[in-house]
Amino acid sequence: MNQTTQLNPGLKKPQAPTKQNIGYWRQYGVFYIMMAPALLVLLLNNYLPMVGSIIAFKNVNYSTGIWDSPWVGWQNFNYLFSTTDSWNITRNTILYNVVFIILNLIVGVAFALMFNAMRSRRAAKIHQTIMFLPYFLSWVVITYLVFGFLSPEIGLMNKTILPMFGVTEEIDWYSDPTWWPLILPLVNTWKGIGYYAVLYLAAIIGIDQEYYEAATLDGASKWRQVFSITIPLIRPVIIVLTMLQIGRIFYADFGLFYQVTRNAGALYDTTLVIDTYVFQTLRVTGDFGMAAAAGLYQAVVGFVLIFVSNLIIRRISKEDALF
Amino acid sequence: MASAATKQPAYSIHDVSKPADFAINVFFWIYSLICVIPLILILSVSFSDERTVLINGFSLIPTKTSLAAYDFLLNDWANVAKSYGVSIFVTVFGTIFGTLAMALYAYPISRRDFKHSGLFSFIMFFTLLYNAGLVPFYMMYTSVLGLNNTVWVLILPLLIQGFFVLVMRTFFTNSVPKELIESAKIDGAGEWRIFAQIVLPLSLPVLASIGLLCTLNYWNDWFLSLLFIGNDGPMGIQYRMYKALLDLQFLSNNSSAYAAILAQNPNFSLPSETVRMAMAVVGIGPIVFAYPFFQRYFIKGLTVGAVKG
Repeated sequence: MNQTTQLNPGLKKPQAPTKQNIGYWRQYGVFYIMMAPALLVLLLNNYLPMVGSIIAFKNVNYSTGIWDSPWVGWQNFNYLFSTTDSWNITRNTILYNVVFIILNLIVGVAFALMFNAMRSRRAAKIHQTIMFLPYFLSWVVITYLVFGFLSPEIGLMNKTILPMFGVTEEIDWYSDPTWWPLILPLVNTWKGIGYYAVLYLAAIIGIDQEYYEAATLDGASKWRQVFSITIPLIRPVIIVLTMLQIGRIFYADFGLFYQVTRNAGALYDTTLVIDTYVFQTLRVTGDFGMAAAAGLYQAVVGFVLIFVSNLIIRRISKEDALF
Repeated sequence: MASAATKQPAYSIHDVSKPADFAINVFFWIYSLICVIPLILILSVSFSDERTVLINGFSLIPTKTSLAAYDFLLNDWANVAKSYGVSIFVTVFGTIFGTLAMALYAYPISRRDFKHSGLFSFIMFFTLLYNAGLVPFYMMYTSVLGLNNTVWVLILPLLIQGFFVLVMRTFFTNSVPKELIESAKIDGAGEWRIFAQIVLPLSLPVLASIGLLCTLNYWNDWFLSLLFIGNDGPMGIQYRMYKALLDLQFLSNNSSAYAAILAQNPNFSLPSETVRMAMAVVGIGPIVFAYPFFQRYFIKGLTVGAVKG
């Protein structure tokens, strides 16, 4: 992408063909036809809806419809930021993502190092395959699995596991918000770690073996080799993957926070994030203006973060940047 | 780096010590168990007797087995089959047309001699940076396009993914030799022919990887159904599972079989907990079966895409 940002993203087609550039069209016109289907979908799915962001500045109700609803300027945003809601959901979104990023990094690199160290290739492959399985399950499936453990009356936790530790009182998991800052990172890591472990493992395998040979000849222990060779040499991959996640720190995984918690209102204190908040405001409260305002808030801040993090990635490893 | 997870240089002086290796192996056996136990739990509960489960709770080994849950589902098979049909149609249609449309887009922007490749690259990848948000998206498909409660609203939003186009473009740029294309042009081949007879055959690995990732996206999606599909609309299997878990009444309210059984036997009580788990098994089953075959290609697709960007 060599173009500057002066380009209008809505611009799609060059001017009509003149006599001089008929040759261009004959040669390259095909390309436009090839790109047309995808362009049409992008237009409908991504670009036209951007116009709809103006809903954030209106007070919409069903009777007047969208186009006739009155403009209210920043009122929706004022209301959004005046309640503690916006602080809560922003805090939840960012804190959870920070925890996820740290866990993905530490557990991902640790698993990758361990896979690399295993002597038996067959055993490593088997464990890799099993470890990757949760990544392919949908959040609905994961909700069922979690429910099997956390169901208040008959779940495995309350009925079997806790009594093993001598705890006899039943915990109402889906009504008590205090446990979820622990549960959600566990579930998220369990599901996603396959992705990161595989990527880090690919990077580790790419390291030239001569480094290790030289280090062993110099008498370096395995631990020393890990910290002095392996980790420094996969630093670019670590930074790229981490920056990509930081760029999306304002976006939460809707499936995790909506499905796994079964959207239990009692848990909202610690489980409501921006994405689920927008959804609730849209579908339950029916306040289109407010929902659009929260969504716009997320999109703009999210954009700035992704843009900045991409600039940082460019500094480190240009080919890995998004643009 | 493409076959990273499978290739490994021969072991020699780099081997970790035997005790360390043993410890690592033990750790992973435990972790693998943790990955597998939840699935076993679901399976076991689905084969349990409902009353025993309600008293004793879920357990890894059923104290009293019963096929009642599957019996009920079998009676109600029309609904489940319909959901499977919707999911399969959406997945197959979306994957094939999506992958094709994305390849058709990625090819021109990979051609350096195409004047506007930069512009169209930007158009595609800008969508990765900024999206309009849920409300405009929702309005688009309901008010403007009027596609809610149809099968098309389950296909369109996931059809074109900027990240996949990026991966394809990188592949086309790096792995399809410019000379090949140029010599084909000298021989008089048009762009369609070049695409179909040169580029596509060379790109089978990336097409397979992207195709599988698309399949995964479509098959696991429930969010679009949540937003746009009502109880009378085309429901994918994931969404049906979600509804069954969320709402105890959903199973009884939406089952013609239940009404029929109730008419014959007024004392029939739906074994809801076990039926829910049976539904989960039915939903997870295909993925777990297909998984060992697909995971190799998935890993290849992920490592090629994310590491090389």
